[in-house]
This record gives sequence, C-alpha cells and structure tokens, in this order.
Amino acid sequence: MTDSRFDAAPDAQDGDTVWVEQVALIDAIPRWLAMSLLFIAVVGLWQIVTSMGWVSPIILPSPGETLEDLIFVGRNLISGDYMLSALWTTTRTVFWGFVIATTIGFTLGVLVGETKFGERALLPYLVAIDTMPKVAFAPLFIAWLGFDIASKVALAAFIATFPIVVATAAGLYAASENERMLFKAMGATRMQTLLRLKLPTGLPYMFTGLKIAAVGVMAGAITGEFLGGGKGFGALIRQSASQMDTPRVFALILYLSLLGLLLYFVVVWAQRKFVFWNKDERTGAIG
Amino acid sequence: MTTMAERRPLQQAHPVGRPVYEIARLSKTYASNQLVALADVNLTLREGEFVSVVGSSGCGKSTLLKIMSGLSPPTAGRVMLEGRPVTGSRPDIGIMFQQATLLPWKTTIENIVLPIEIRQGRAAARAALPRAHDLLALVGLKDFANVYPGELSGGMAQRASICRMLISEPAVLLLDEPFSALDELTRDHMNMELQRICREANATAFLVTHSLAEAVILSDRVLVMKPRPGRVEEEVTIDLPRPRRLEMINTPEFGRIVAHIRALLDREGA
Repeated sequence: MTDSRFDAAPDAQDGDTVWVEQVALIDAIPRWLAMSLLFIAVVGLWQIVTSMGWVSPIILPSPGETLEDLIFVGRNLISGDYMLSALWTTTRTVFWGFVIATTIGFTLGVLVGETKFGERALLPYLVAIDTMPKVAFAPLFIAWLGFDIASKVALAAFIATFPIVVATAAGLYAASENERMLFKAMGATRMQTLLRLKLPTGLPYMFTGLKIAAVGVMAGAITGEFLGGGKGFGALIRQSASQMDTPRVFALILYLSLLGLLLYFVVVWAQRKFVFWNKDERTGAIG
Repeated sequence: MTTMAERRPLQQAHPVGRPVYEIARLSKTYASNQLVALADVNLTLREGEFVSVVGSSGCGKSTLLKIMSGLSPPTAGRVMLEGRPVTGSRPDIGIMFQQATLLPWKTTIENIVLPIEIRQGRAAARAALPRAHDLLALVGLKDFANVYPGELSGGMAQRASICRMLISEPAVLLLDEPFSALDELTRDHMNMELQRICREANATAFLVTHSLAEAVILSDRVLVMKPRPGRVEEEVTIDLPRPRRLEMINTPEFGRIVAHIRALLDREGA
C-alpha cells in the first residue's frame, strides 16, 4: 500500500492492488475561490496590458483609473446626485418595460398555448415579428411616444415580450397526456384544467422566459436611451463615450449591470418561491 | 362474444354480485382512418369481480378502457354503469394510469382529495380529509400525508394514486397498466396490495395489462383480445382459490392457464 493522507483500503493485504481515486483540483476548491482566482487573473492581465502601454488608455483604461471612476460614480450615486436620478430613470424604464412585457407576453402566450385560434392565426405573426431586429423599431417608438421615458419603456417591453410568449405557450403544452386524461376523468372544466394543471406545470418554463426577458428588457431600455436621449443611465454612458471618457463608461456599465443582476435575481427568487417542487431548479447555482 | 363464455355461463361458475358494468355489442371505428378498433365487444362486470384484459398492442384494449372511463365515445353499442349509460367522465368511475400523475405542487393528501376539489370545491375537499387519511392508512402511507410527491418512491406514489381513485367511492375501478412502470419486486408486492384493497373495499375492477402472470394472479376472468378488428377472442375463467398468493405462480395449474392464454395470443401470429 502507498502512504496517503487517508487509508482508502484498510482491509487491503500485501499484494492487493489499491486504486486511489484522484480528486480533480477544480472540484476541490469552492466556487467563491474559483471566481476570485479568475477575477485576479483577469485584472492582473488587464494591468499588465495597460501598464506596458500595449493599448491606448482611450481604448482600455487601466484598472486603477477604472477603480477611481467606480468610486467617483459610487459617491455620486450615494450622495443622491444627478447620476442617481439617471439610474432611477433607467430603473423605472426597466421596471415598467418588464411589467408590460410580462402582462402582454403572458396574455399572448395563454392565447397561443390554450386556443386553436391563437396557435393557428396568431402564432405565425408573432414568429414573423420575433425574427425582425426589434431595435430597428426604436425610431418608430420615439416618433410615436416622444423622447421621454415612454418610448424607452415601449422598446424594452417590445424586446422582452416574445421570450415570455414562447415560454408561456410551451409551458401550457408541458402537462403530460396522462395528466390531461386525469383532469378529464375528474370532470374538470377547461378553466380548471388551465388553472390547476397547465399553468402550474408550465411555471418553470415561464420563469425561464422571464429570465430571458429580464436580460432583454435591460438591453431594450439602454438601447432606447442611446437612441432617444433623455435622462437615463444610457444617455450618461453615451455622453461619457462621446467625450472619450472610457474609464467613466466602464464604471457606469458596471453599476448598470448591478441593476440587471438585481432584476435577474428577483426573478430567480420568485421562481424558487413559486416553483418549490422543481428540484432541478433548486440545485442550480444561479437558477 | 366468445364461444367459451357462451358454453359456460360465468355467473353460475362464480356466484358473485349484481351486474355493475354492462357492455353489449360495443364497437368503435375511427372515422379518420376507418380503423375498426373494437368490434362487437360484450362484457359484464359484477360487483366484487376482478376482470383483466390482455392482448398485443393494437388489439383495442386501451380503446375499450377509454370508452369505459367515458373519455372517448363509442361508435355503437350499450355502455352502462350502474344502469346509466356512460356518456362522459363520472365520479363513480375510478381510474389509475401507468404513471401516478400526482401533482408535484400538492401534498399527498391534497392530491388524494383533488377529485373532490375539482367536482365539489375546496370546502368539500376539506370535508373529505378524514376519509383521505383513512385511505392512506389502508395503503400503508399514514405518515406521508403532508409530504410532496417528489419525496415518494414509485410504489408509494402509485399507492397514493390508488387512494385518489378510491376517494370518490367509485362503482368500478379502471386500471391502465398501473404498476408496469415499477420494478418487478415492487410490482408483485403492489399487486398483492391491490388484491387486498379490492377485497376490503369489495371493489369491482377492470385491469388492462401486458403481463399474463399479473392478469392471472389477480383476476376472476381474463379477456383475451386480438387485433384487426379489435375483439374479445376468449374469456378465460381463473379458478385459483382466493386470496391469491404470489407462490401460486409456481403451481402447475397457474402455468397451465398462462400457457393457454399465451397460445391464444400466439395463434395466427397477430
């Protein structure tokens, strides 16, 4: 027997073969440590690239400069200055875009998933619109709704609606043939079958759609603010970029990503609360 | 109907109860492809009787079960349960599928009262809880009332679905290969449990199965069905004493019956 830290085969006698199972290094270290190591590696590489002067600071500022701007923006946000009101504008845009997308997406999804009319007549149009580059509608929304928050909400909602439609419809198809037969045999009405069987069964699908929508609504809100100006965070980013203030752009994007993460984790939290029976989702680290 | 049954009236061979389920001259033709799924099926289930149907896939046994459960209309014939024609789903029909189909977001006991909840509302479902607890005790799941189905084994889940089937006190139990998704040991055990539960409830049961051994060990009669068109080829009376025990599978008598049914199914290779 080889001498190892623990005796893997206490009953082994001389002459027996003993296999010692090797644990891969990546399996042995915890997630936070792995994430930290990668972070340090990336920032280190970043520092090397910028300090060696391989890249112009206008294209890629150093980590130090970016950190300075992070602190500056952070102070501005905490003190309730103009950046906080910009972030608040974008947050409102994202919130209302998400609420509208969820409402319309869910309604259309139920129509498509539950009614023959929706499946036959509505779905082809939805698919056709979904394949269009939705950002191209931004000028239209601005023309219709003006340069205020409404046009940005519209674009954000427009982008985020389709994943919810698709996920809701798919979720309504998810109940098995036996489950449908069971409800039929119990004399359930169509509404009972929808509310007590199909919707709960489809919830995991719908939450997947909501997660995709959460990403889409952020992209829609910021794109709207890029193209339509206004008082949001997107306008701040565009302004800083046009002044070649790259560290500021980096800092603003990082804070903006916190808003996206917040929305995403609200969805994940809601999923864990409402889809408590779905073990696969519970064990998943980030939903 | 079959020659054997005509020669030997079963009512006399097995003096069981009054007729519960009566099917006469039942036929089913699917309009879409002119397929004759069932032709001239005649069948009477008497109170407390256990009848199985075996046959290759496509012989119409699943169609027969769907018609009997009111989930699918026949093309012609009489389908009468407790003297009333079956025209749709009915509370006095209990059904069990191959999968337990328990709703994962409801606890075991909530799943069991679900048929009451759907038909009569939440208040009636609450009122049925004591009965549901009794049923859980009957199938040996007393301690699992408030557990979610995700924590039940396959056999336990099927026990729970037996309770759900029994909660509305059905006149007839329709069993669609209820244990075929379970492993063999569990399946044998569940079959014996099913026999015990049926005896205690004096249930009238109709079982569709692929397993000849399962059909013979459980049944008073076995219908052998053949396809194209779907029909009852022969009705085999099982004269083994009750209660049946698993050891009976090894007796020559049991072997003879299974061999006889197998020969019927193999004939003309259909």
